[in-house]
Amino acid sequence: MKNNKKTTVLPYLLILPTFVFVCIFTIYPTIASFVGSFYQHRLNVPRYREPVFNGLGNYRDIFASADFRMILQNTFVYVLALVPLTILAALFFALWLKNKRFARLRIAIFHPTILPMVSAATIWIFFLTPDYGLFNQFLRLFGYSGAENWISNPNLALMALVLVGFWKEAGFYMIYYLAGVQNLPEDVYEALKLEGAGPLTVFFRFTLPLLRRTTLFVTTVAVIGAFRAIDHVIVMTSGGPSGTSTLLLYQLWKVRFENLNIGQASTITVILVMVLLLFTISNFLLNEKRGEK
Amino acid sequence: MIETGLKRKIFSTLTMGIGILIALLWSMPLIWALIASLRPLNEPFTRGQVWFGSGLSLANYARAFSLAPFGLYFRNTVFLVLMILSVQLVTSSMAGFAFAFYSFKGEKILFTLILTQMMIPTVALLVPNFQTIRVMGLYDTIPAMAIPFWGSAFGTFLLRQSFLGIPRDYGDAAMVDGCKWYQVLWHVYLPMAVPSMIAFSISTVNWHWNSLLWPMIVTQSDNARPLTAGLARFTQLGEIGAQWGLMSAATLIVALPLLILFLVFQKRFMEGYMNSGLK
Repeated sequence: MKNNKKTTVLPYLLILPTFVFVCIFTIYPTIASFVGSFYQHRLNVPRYREPVFNGLGNYRDIFASADFRMILQNTFVYVLALVPLTILAALFFALWLKNKRFARLRIAIFHPTILPMVSAATIWIFFLTPDYGLFNQFLRLFGYSGAENWISNPNLALMALVLVGFWKEAGFYMIYYLAGVQNLPEDVYEALKLEGAGPLTVFFRFTLPLLRRTTLFVTTVAVIGAFRAIDHVIVMTSGGPSGTSTLLLYQLWKVRFENLNIGQASTITVILVMVLLLFTISNFLLNEKRGEK
Repeated sequence: MIETGLKRKIFSTLTMGIGILIALLWSMPLIWALIASLRPLNEPFTRGQVWFGSGLSLANYARAFSLAPFGLYFRNTVFLVLMILSVQLVTSSMAGFAFAFYSFKGEKILFTLILTQMMIPTVALLVPNFQTIRVMGLYDTIPAMAIPFWGSAFGTFLLRQSFLGIPRDYGDAAMVDGCKWYQVLWHVYLPMAVPSMIAFSISTVNWHWNSLLWPMIVTQSDNARPLTAGLARFTQLGEIGAQWGLMSAATLIVALPLLILFLVFQKRFMEGYMNSGLK
């Protein structure tokens, strides 16, 4: 029950500081990016140093560019490869390590969360070095004899980023599943055991549906996180070779600070924001709908 | 019966054994970095020669400190993190309290507007935000890295949730006794929300200690640059090349402070993150 007596100005004042910062650094810039995306604005072209209205020109240019389509594709491949892989591993680790006797092992799986991505990526550059790099040596144990220089191989650079993201984040999402697993009703499992239900039946018929809320939450966080991934791109690949590991946010940064093309950078911002909002809102609606049943 | 007992024992040993193996493999990057950073300077890495060198030495750390002002970067990171955390705790507990304790016109809209910050990452809006920082005259200062995060949707959300779990009567009783809102918040609500405050603090400190892009965009001098941006620059110094011992030392200088805190307070850390999930 809420306090329904006279409304005063006080609650607004309490919210004000938070609201002001959200307005300045989230709401205003979102709107400014929309507006900016309709202008030609390039700091290195005298004619366009001041913004000139360009209608949908930026959008036309960007979608006509094969490079940009590749970057969009890279980003979706990155998200679609990383998120399911990470979530599956997180769930697997949580179910395996839920018992108290594994508490120490959980620390090992979780610790990459604490490392800065810059540090993690720097170490991984070494692991992925051709010849003496440890990751290749490890793969050779299993008979791997393929390409060794992951970072400068156009077919593998993006996968190298997925690999590092996977290693860094699986332990983080494991924590949420551990919290979810602890809330599962013990007695149901006891009953299932007595009835002789196999582990696969238990997993698919009970564990997975009962963890649906956790999965939804983790998926949302993981997808937003994957779209904003950039640190390992900067440290490991610089988006190369020839753009094959460039992700959307990295491109946005490059267009703004290397090409000094503010109009186009705003357009990319709008695309990124739209993708994120579409995803979050549809996810939310889907959840609401299912929750009603 | 004996047979199932034996089976269970084998199973439990097996899961532990494989678990330890996976945990070891998972920690390999960190273990390797620790060992490699202790090699003597300039010993080349070749196949089979990537772990211990001819002896243990701290020379790589000394070299890293002489090539870049990591002490200064460390100070900047600490300032940055404290500047964000202290303000966020104040703004978020005020906003969380308002949303949990009062009902007022436009409450839902205001809450939704604040939550957009969780959907649209601040770094994605780097084009206009960089401009704002410029206009504010803050470029290349520590506040430039901190101010965009002074309002926190996540903090507001988390503390609101936690305040909603506190029986209303407590607050009402205090109000009837003539307490001001800040006394109610300070003496009644905050003490009961300590686990959430800790959870939030841990995630904020971790997040901003490790962030790279925004600090890199708004700083250009060593006086403002934090550890992460310093390391990114360091790895790109031409003279460093494939000196992996030196690289790992620099990497660990950046990562170790938080990592040590984590190992000391691991239970707190992990529980903190568990508490910050949805309830």
